[in-house]
This record gives sequence, C-alpha cells and structure tokens, in this order.
Amino acid sequence: MSGARGATAAHGSSGAHGSSGAHGSVEILVEGETVAGRAGQTIAGVLLGSGRVAWRGAQQGERGVFCGIGVCHDCLVTVNGVEGVRACQREAVHGDRVEREVRG
Amino acid sequence: MTRVAVLGAGPAGLAAAEAALAAGAQVTVLDEGARPGGQFWRHRPGLTDPRMQHGVRRFEQLQSALAGAVVHSGAAVWSVELREPGERGGAVVLRAAVGPADGARREAVVVEADALVIATGAHDLALPIPGWTLPGVTTAGAAQALAKRDGVSVGRRTLVAGAGPFLLPVAQSLALVGSTVVGVHEASRIGALAGGWLPKPWQLLGKSAELAQYAGALARHRIPYRIGSGVVRVLGDERVEGAVVAQLDADWRPRPGTERVIECDAVALGHGFTPRLEAAVMLGCEVTGDRRGRFVVVDDGQRTTQPRVFAAGEVTGIGGADAALAEGAIAGYRAAGLAQDDERLHAALRVRDRMRRFARRLETAHGIRPGWTAWLDDDTIICRCEAVAKRAIVERAEVPLRAMRLATRAGLGPCQARTCGRAVEAIVAEARVSATGVTAAGQAVDGSDSAAPGGGDLGFERRPLLAPVRLGELGGADRPTCGEN
Repeated sequence: MSGARGATAAHGSSGAHGSSGAHGSVEILVEGETVAGRAGQTIAGVLLGSGRVAWRGAQQGERGVFCGIGVCHDCLVTVNGVEGVRACQREAVHGDRVEREVRG
Repeated sequence: MTRVAVLGAGPAGLAAAEAALAAGAQVTVLDEGARPGGQFWRHRPGLTDPRMQHGVRRFEQLQSALAGAVVHSGAAVWSVELREPGERGGAVVLRAAVGPADGARREAVVVEADALVIATGAHDLALPIPGWTLPGVTTAGAAQALAKRDGVSVGRRTLVAGAGPFLLPVAQSLALVGSTVVGVHEASRIGALAGGWLPKPWQLLGKSAELAQYAGALARHRIPYRIGSGVVRVLGDERVEGAVVAQLDADWRPRPGTERVIECDAVALGHGFTPRLEAAVMLGCEVTGDRRGRFVVVDDGQRTTQPRVFAAGEVTGIGGADAALAEGAIAGYRAAGLAQDDERLHAALRVRDRMRRFARRLETAHGIRPGWTAWLDDDTIICRCEAVAKRAIVERAEVPLRAMRLATRAGLGPCQARTCGRAVEAIVAEARVSATGVTAAGQAVDGSDSAAPGGGDLGFERRPLLAPVRLGELGGADRPTCGEN
C-alpha cells in the first residue's frame, strides 16, 4: 500500500525538534522521518503541525484531513504496519511508525 | 435495577447518563472518542487554548457524574439490536470493538441493557464545490476539532464559508491557533436571516449574548463577515492556493459577474449538519423528513417509536449543545423509568421547548437552498471516496437510487455516503425534475425509490455496520452478525 512518494510538504519546515520521550512531546516516524508533536495530539494533528497537508494518494491527487472527526476516511494512514487507520482519530503514541497509503 | 445504555458521550449522552444515574439506574456509556465530550467538549488542558471551550463547568459536573457509570471510550459500536420480549437477557444488545481508533487487536465488548439512549450527534455537511478535494479544504468541524483538540490550524490564511452560526466559533478558534482568517462567508441573504432571527427576539435571550461574543471576537481579529456570499470554486494545483467567492441569490445560486479571487491556503466549509442516524435506523426507529433533513421521531419524553429506545440531541433535530443537554436529561430520566410528569424533568422540558424554537429559526435562517448545485461543473467530484463526478450521477439519475450507486459507485466508498449522500440525492432529484419537466422538486421524486426494504425513504441512511471495524473483530462477539441487511 505504501507508495514511494513522501507526504506532500506544505508551508515551511517539518518540526522534528522535540526531545525524545520528554514530558509533553511525542516523536513519530513518518515515512522514516522523525516528526515531533505534542502529547495528546492525534496523528493528523502531528502531521499538520509539522507542515504536512496531504499524506494519502487518491484517484485524483493527494488527500489529507477533510472531516477531522472520523467520518470521511480521507486521512487514512498505515500505523505500525496496520492499514486503514484514521489519522484524525488515532492519538499519536511515541515511536509510532506512520506510512502513507494509496487508494486508487 | 434498570440498566441504561447510552450511545455517545457528547452533551446529549453525558446529560442522559447523569440523569439516569440520578434516577437510580445502572448506566453504561459507549463512545467512539478517546475521551468523553463529543464534538463539543474537546479542550485538552495544557495542550489547547481554554478560550475555545464553552460550558466548561457543566462539562466538569457531567464528568464527575460519570464516575458512577461504566464508560467505554474508544468504542466502535458496530451493532445494536433489540431482543423480543420473553427472550433471555436485556432488551437491547450493543456490540463494540474497544481500543485505539482502527486498531488491530481491540477488545470485543457486548453490553446488554433494558433501555438505550441514542445520542450519536451529527457531523458537518459540506456541499461539494469545484476543487474541494484539494488538500487544504476541510470541513468547518475539522478546523474546529484540530484547533480545540490538537492546537493546530488547518492553514495560515483560512477562508471560512457555508451557513449558520457555527462558522463564528470556527473563525474564532482559527484565529486563536494563529491562522489569519481572510473572511467568513455566510450563504444566507438578509431576507432569510431576518426571517429566522428577527421575530420574537426575547426568545433569543442568552443566545444573542453568545452571538455578540463571537461578533466581538471577529471584530477583534479583524475578520471580515459577508452574508449572501459563498465559495464557488477552490483554486490550486496540488493544494489550495485561493478561492473564488461570489454573491449568492436567495436560493444560493451564484450571481454572474460577482466572482472575485481570495488568496488563501485553506478553506473550511460548513453548510449545516447531518445527524448520525445509523443506530436508530438499524433498530427500526421511525425517521422523518426528506433528503433536506431526516431526524429520529421522538415523543415528549424523547422516546422513539421503539419503546425501549430513546434519542436525544442532534439526531432528533439540529439545535446545538443546550438543546442536546436538555433532551439528554429528559431521555436519561425516562429511560431510567421516571414518569413524564416527575418534577425532576420540569427544568429540562422548559429548556427543550425553547431550544426547539431555536432549531426552527436556524433552519429558516440558514437552511440549505436548492440553487447551490449551480456552482458545480459537470466534472466536479461529488463522491470523494470513489471520485465520482456530477456527470456520472446525472446520467443515471433516472434509474433507482440503488442501481445508480452500483453503476457509478457514488456513496459506496469507505465513508458509506456520509459525506456525499445529501449532495447526491439533491443532484439526482434536480436531474429527474429537469428531465420530466416537473417544476416543483417534490419528495415524490425521491420517494419513488425504495432504497430501504420495508418502505420509507431512507436514501443512504441504511448501513450494514454502524462503525468501521475489521473483519476479524466481528468474530469476537458472541455470535457473528453483519447487521440486518
């Protein structure tokens, strides 16, 4: 399922600056790249916070978050090898491996 | 002791749980969220700005009441069913997979109860717009959830568009998480707004203070607010680079020559709300309305047409959190066995009746008007999951809805038409009307199609599973079932 292209980078840098496992922060691996977020954020929140807006291949173009509340399934990612996880619903856990999906 | 199950832990579900506990029932709450609060209460202390959160004290009360209940958060409830009288066990059986969202090894939970309160709420209704599949276009609810729950903004320059007072707190939240809000565009024109909001202003006490607070926030953040205006096209190559806004007529048809381009990197769309009816439909509760809005039928005690099943909140009508709290309390007391004239119900009954009037005002002032389809192109994607364009739907508008869906795949993707259902139905109805030359877009156009066995026009509302679960998880319950159809 995982494609070759990384998630589309949006405005600015990817914010991989958090210290590993420190209180209040989490680090996840997105297509092999370390991305820092804040503890309690969803995977979608971490991805958006790092400047990414799209991370899934669809029939026409890329998709990211649309509904944000688990309804639309646009934001699906593979988490720790499990496909079809809604990034807007899953809370990020330190060390999660996140890969993009392509649905065509 | 009466066992009450509550499906959903937003304002309606929490109020139902609190009331049922107060009336002496044994209460189990099942909710898909990682923690109680629903779409309304999402604030995370230390993570997000408390200024985005309203009614915090009431939430704290409800949370402490929950200590007396069994609460399953992270519960994907995929089946609800009623037992015949005389069968062993509870009257209502719910099956859920409990654990991290969409996880592979969630726990199978079966809950039996004597009565159920359905408080499943609603999700945003965003109408299709050319370019709306570009990354950076989200629902208004997504912008709100990401701000309130995650403390992030969907964009740096965000345009908010659609209809209804919900756009105002969304704009405020976006500003608080650091986005420039380039404008709030309300589709309704002054006539509709005045018709909904001006009569009997004394009924709006409290609500007008809330609206004034948002108006103040818009002014402080210098956010322009336009009425009779909407996004008619989203521009960009790989992501949002701008949006075309236009003046809309009273039926929301774009006025030619009024288009202008606004530079932005995000567009948050919210044209209304769609109630989450799946559980009520699966249980056979009567649903009323047409493609412009369907809701669960309830009596004065929030009881559905199934005697052991109650419903509260947005599933019975879009009225906001105050209405949901009142309805939830009534449903919880009644589900626990209190009489309708018990004095503990009085306060909630008064609030509910006031809020029902508020819901009617909302629909009058901001309800979706039929002219919106004029902003679509033939190749605009309507069904986002399956990338089905308007043209494909129009070409098969004459065949029954179910056959159209199978031929085009519209509404058959992972979201099960939750996102596009209402738009598809509107496009089909319009195409049928223009094909037959009938002028009034009557319900008979839709009603001729029987998507729902056993009659009734349920359009896309009937779904075999209530929530997405993995196939292996269906086997984790006491007996395999895939719903009723």
